[in-house]
Amino acid sequence: MICPDAPVLLEIRDLQAAVDDQPILKGVNLTIRAGEIHAVMGRNGSGKSTLSKVLAGHPAYTVTGGSVHYRGNDLLDLAPEQRARIGLFLGFQYPVEIPGVSNLEFLRVATNARRSEGGLEELDTFAFEDLVRERLEVVKMDPAFLERSVNEGFSGGEKKRNEILQMALLEPLVAILDETDSGLDIDALRIVAGGVNQLASPENATLLITHYQRLLDLITPDYVHVMAAGRILRSGGRELALELERTGYDWVDQELERFAAEGQQTGRAPLEVG
Amino acid sequence: MSTATVGDLVSQPYKYGFVTDIETDKIAKGLDGDVVRLISAKKSEPPFLLNFRLKAFRQWQQMREPDWAQLGYPAIDYQDMVYYAAPRQQAKKASLDEVDPKLLETFEKLGIPLSEQKRLSNVAVDAVFDSVSIATTFREQLAEHGVIFCSISEAVKEYPDLIEKYLGTVVPGNDNFFAALNSAVFSDGSFVFIPKGVACPMELSTYFRINSGDTGQFERTLIVAEEGASVSYLEGCTAPMFDTNQLHAAVVELVALDDATIKYSTVQNWYAGDENGVGGIYNFVTKRGQCRGDRSKISWTQVETGSAITWKYPSCVLQGEDSVGEFYSVALTNNRQQADTGTKMVHVGPRTRSTIVSKGISAGHSSNSYRGLVQIGPKAQGARNYSQCDSMLIGDQAAANTYPYIRCQQPDAAIEHEASTCRISADQLFYLQSRGIGFEEAISMMVSGFCRDVFNQLPLEFAAEADKLLALKLEGSVG
Repeated sequence: MICPDAPVLLEIRDLQAAVDDQPILKGVNLTIRAGEIHAVMGRNGSGKSTLSKVLAGHPAYTVTGGSVHYRGNDLLDLAPEQRARIGLFLGFQYPVEIPGVSNLEFLRVATNARRSEGGLEELDTFAFEDLVRERLEVVKMDPAFLERSVNEGFSGGEKKRNEILQMALLEPLVAILDETDSGLDIDALRIVAGGVNQLASPENATLLITHYQRLLDLITPDYVHVMAAGRILRSGGRELALELERTGYDWVDQELERFAAEGQQTGRAPLEVG
Repeated sequence: MSTATVGDLVSQPYKYGFVTDIETDKIAKGLDGDVVRLISAKKSEPPFLLNFRLKAFRQWQQMREPDWAQLGYPAIDYQDMVYYAAPRQQAKKASLDEVDPKLLETFEKLGIPLSEQKRLSNVAVDAVFDSVSIATTFREQLAEHGVIFCSISEAVKEYPDLIEKYLGTVVPGNDNFFAALNSAVFSDGSFVFIPKGVACPMELSTYFRINSGDTGQFERTLIVAEEGASVSYLEGCTAPMFDTNQLHAAVVELVALDDATIKYSTVQNWYAGDENGVGGIYNFVTKRGQCRGDRSKISWTQVETGSAITWKYPSCVLQGEDSVGEFYSVALTNNRQQADTGTKMVHVGPRTRSTIVSKGISAGHSSNSYRGLVQIGPKAQGARNYSQCDSMLIGDQAAANTYPYIRCQQPDAAIEHEASTCRISADQLFYLQSRGIGFEEAISMMVSGFCRDVFNQLPLEFAAEADKLLALKLEGSVG
């Protein structure tokens, strides 16, 4: 839903980041308003997963320039746990397994961390059970998964459902979903996409990071951005995704070369989108 | 960015590191036959005990300190320490009101209130300060059930026959270098006797406090459960922070007769030394239980978090038919700590069963070794053992080793051994953090998850405490 007057939730300006001194993000610009669904597409190595990790505060990535503001406040200054508590959510491409830590307990601690930040009362085990059982519906997940260790022995699809369950419990304002579609069969993809659609509201925003069009058949984005070599190369509406599907990423390479040449001449970042 | 990255945090100070300023009755440094006689005389012991001590001392003089453990430490000068130190007061007080308030205050500071108003309602405590027991709570109430719970010095005076009958029968005076030393110079400790058919109505607990800087602590604990009796016993310990090392060489003996059950839990929090490995307790302990009776059961649970050096193998000798031995252990090492710990399960009788669950956590530059023996004798038809040894590494400077020894002389026995090693990864931490869970809480969640099987075995009152203790010890350890 495009609402030009809706408040800006996330404002990324000329964001540059490196891992092990290797620059990956080379000036990303993106503005996300409440109610919007954005899709960032691109080849492997284009920097789209790095973008999601930098936003969530992964310690392996160093921000080397630019700024990110979340509802007007500097996001990059905050520890990852603090970003989560104020409503930023990252759905992982590969959710890790955490043996020995009960999924239910983990979900409760996480939910309460978010709730107390928002001034809400923490939920005791009973109240939380009620809430979690209700939210399980969103992803049609078997309650048996609550009793297991976090993600341990879960199939790829179950792990992704567990991610969306966390999103349903944490009620983020900005949800970044990193390749949520990877490794899912069509049924699981439908359930996961259905969950994301159900959770989208005029108050929150979703940033989908994806390789393929197939997720966008199920979740309709308001904006599509194509990333290459650490920058957003082109932005448009959903038709851009359809075009990519038709023509592949070859034109991206050509465009990239052209911009590189231009960029050298002018010494400026090649493209500004927002 | 304010994120605490792996290795950034500073260590939590040891909160029990204070010294109580109290006048002490100490003998001169050094050890010879006269010192052994002096200790025995100070405690007005009967001749059988002096003989036991002297015999052990002579054997100790012939023995060599063991060097097979995965431990490195400078040679201990056994002549440069004090073998007896006691807070200066009259013989043990009849009532708590007469105990030096400074001592009561010390234990209160340690979280072990002894006074009638404040003490835990369901745990009887024997409080040992340096070489002597200063108070035992609930003695009378326990006596009504026929349960004897007192310091071993008192037991020597009041129940000499029981002491003579059982002392040194599980861990003989010449069992090993440290046990022999203990047998020669042990000063105090606890004695528990549960008569036939009695289930001890409350948890029993001994709290050991080392206070003097140059004193070795050599306590001796003896627990006897007669036919059909049962008891759950917990041992806790702390020490002040000194930049020298103190030797702690204890002996614990457990005897379980037919159908008896003894559950022995330890939460060991001796001072571990500083982050450079200066100071800390050298903990060389011999703990052994004998399941003498049929269907008897001995269960060891230990949470080892302190000490600069830990050398400790709580063991079970499973003599009685169908007897059961258990060992549940969490050993956590941080900074420069070294632990070589595990168990011995010696199956003698038929259909004896044992379970070993060991969880080692190594952080900082520490070294943590599991060493365990499962021995099945020729008469132990149908014996079974299950062992599980898991190691968790935190950071990339710590070491974990596992040395399982299996000796089986009975073709009908079943022995299972599982082992695993894992590491708290930066990705796991980030995952939990990205859900709003703080860095240290994230580590503590993973560690308590790792230790759950063992914590579940602790008496309820102490399980939460152990959890907290571990979190505290790990604070700032991730490096």
